[in-house]
Amino acid sequence: MSHATGIQYLKDGTLPHMWCPGCGIGVMLGALLRAFEELAYEPKDTVVVTGIGCTGKSDDYLVTNALHTTHGRALPFATGIKAFNPKLHVVVLMGDGDSVNIGGNHFLHAARRNMDLTAIVINNFNFGMTGGQFSGTTPSGAFSQTSVYGNPERGLNISALADVAGANYVARETPYHGWELKERIKEALSKKGFSLVEVISPCPTHFGKNNQMKETRDMLHWLQEKGLPVDAYERLSPSEREGCFAVGKLVDRDAPDFNTSYEEMRRRAIGG
Amino acid sequence: MGRQMELMQGNQAIAEGAFYAGARFYAGYPITPSSEIAEECSRKLPLLGGIYMQMEDEIASMAAIVGASLAGAKSFTATSGPGFSLMQENLGLAVMGEVPCVVIDVQRRGPSTGLSTKPAQGDIMQLRWGRHGDQVVIALCPATVSECFHLTVTAFNFAEKFRVPVILSPDEIVGHMRETFRVPDPGAVTVIDRKKPTGPPESYRPFAADQDGIAPLAAYGGDYVFHVSSSMHGPEGCSNNDPANAAWRIEQLHRKIEMHRDEIVITKTFDTGDADVLFVAFGATTRASRAAALELRKQRIKAGVLQLITLWPFADREVAALGGRARTVIVPEMNYSGQVAGEVQRVLGSGADIRRVNSYNGQIITPQDILKVTR
Repeated sequence: MSHATGIQYLKDGTLPHMWCPGCGIGVMLGALLRAFEELAYEPKDTVVVTGIGCTGKSDDYLVTNALHTTHGRALPFATGIKAFNPKLHVVVLMGDGDSVNIGGNHFLHAARRNMDLTAIVINNFNFGMTGGQFSGTTPSGAFSQTSVYGNPERGLNISALADVAGANYVARETPYHGWELKERIKEALSKKGFSLVEVISPCPTHFGKNNQMKETRDMLHWLQEKGLPVDAYERLSPSEREGCFAVGKLVDRDAPDFNTSYEEMRRRAIGG
Repeated sequence: MGRQMELMQGNQAIAEGAFYAGARFYAGYPITPSSEIAEECSRKLPLLGGIYMQMEDEIASMAAIVGASLAGAKSFTATSGPGFSLMQENLGLAVMGEVPCVVIDVQRRGPSTGLSTKPAQGDIMQLRWGRHGDQVVIALCPATVSECFHLTVTAFNFAEKFRVPVILSPDEIVGHMRETFRVPDPGAVTVIDRKKPTGPPESYRPFAADQDGIAPLAAYGGDYVFHVSSSMHGPEGCSNNDPANAAWRIEQLHRKIEMHRDEIVITKTFDTGDADVLFVAFGATTRASRAAALELRKQRIKAGVLQLITLWPFADREVAALGGRARTVIVPEMNYSGQVAGEVQRVLGSGADIRRVNSYNGQIITPQDILKVTR
């Protein structure tokens, strides 16, 4: 039995990629490209929109259409593309800083508007490209290049934010759960409306090094240990949940997406 | 069946001009004194098969019109000072990615929130230099309701032809002024569409310019697969940090405007043939200057008006030709710093008799205000 590799979506001559050993972005990109293959996406019908940061470099490796945008703004660029041409598959790749620090407002409203986009967020709890500063998802007390005494702020739950903002589909996986990650991405791509796959991701270079997980294997153990299937996570008491996170499908609903609602409005407008 | 003569507001004429030019995507965030453009778009675009999107802020509005343009739309947004400031970052991406689109900045008095309902011409330098980095844009400025319509069509034509963002910058007076106007019949005014690629899809390079300095632009979803990047990129659109490539890109972005300078720089003249006194005016100061010039003619002083329709690139040649012949050049503008007067001074040199008339209290400049400096 043959398995999808997604290699036909990878641009010739671009490997090895630029990400650090142990980084989760390559695993995410591999899962995305395999999902493309399994869904038989055509490069010409697919637009990958990226922001700025480590994850924002992903478009350099792809043979699909691509738009490499400004920091935090990938979602509204993608919104314009999808609103004008609903036939396109529009995928948005962002990091945690990109999506919910500088881009938090856009994230909220893309989900609220239920734009038919698939957002994949690599959440590695720090600004990696700029050297490992704390981000909006860095846990309280964690160490980074700008929180050497422990982060005084609290970390944001990206998936929960997408849920309350109205996303039709929300899932969380990790590069440790590679097959599941690909399956969740496929579900997200297939879902009409705003879908989010949050990828809790190792960054041994910065986050791990500063937080007692210097080696990649330490970070993978951490993902294995703390990433619990949704039902197992939900059985835990609030105190037991501390430091853990649920993986799997978190939200799945079918509210009408922006383009569908807009066409309904247009019919009302023309009708009288 | 043509349209009737209507009593039309400047902002409404801008929206009509956009529809006439084929704009079918608007994304914006409401702000005084530009909101009528959004309202008009929200009513008409659904009926025209287009999309009206109300975004979460002006940053997103600018992003959305760039995205829609790359999906094949003629797209635009409208705002005023505070929103225009927020748009600068992604306006820079439109320059870098050579993405056709139109931005309307209906100027109001700042700084900051300022006098949100009052007119100003204080954004002239922001139009030119508002973005970081090193780039040029085209900025046009209407003075009448008719010009609001026609220059919006021109703005789209320039955007499409030269693959650039174009800014139209009326002041609040012109945006809210009402005059009789009849929307021209379809076909009566030239409408230009972007140049599309025609060769084999596998050899399409979205930043490889033709002889005219402009590369054809495909649309996402067609046969031509392509990359657009805010980062420095090569002719194929992918990241490229090579110094020679960076120099080539920056030169290309500048040269395509320089090559077509004579087509882009538009001015109008009124009685300038023998003018000893030359008014250099734009937007709402044009009418006041023309009234002042007529008054001076009654007093047998040879006065004329050079109206700058294109603010950027600056009309160096036109100002030099007419200003060089005049004894006195008067630049009325609704700002304290003399943003256009400074440019006129740069062109004519420090020895020229250049007189400034500035209003910065949110009030219009009257012919009487202008005539004071001619004595």
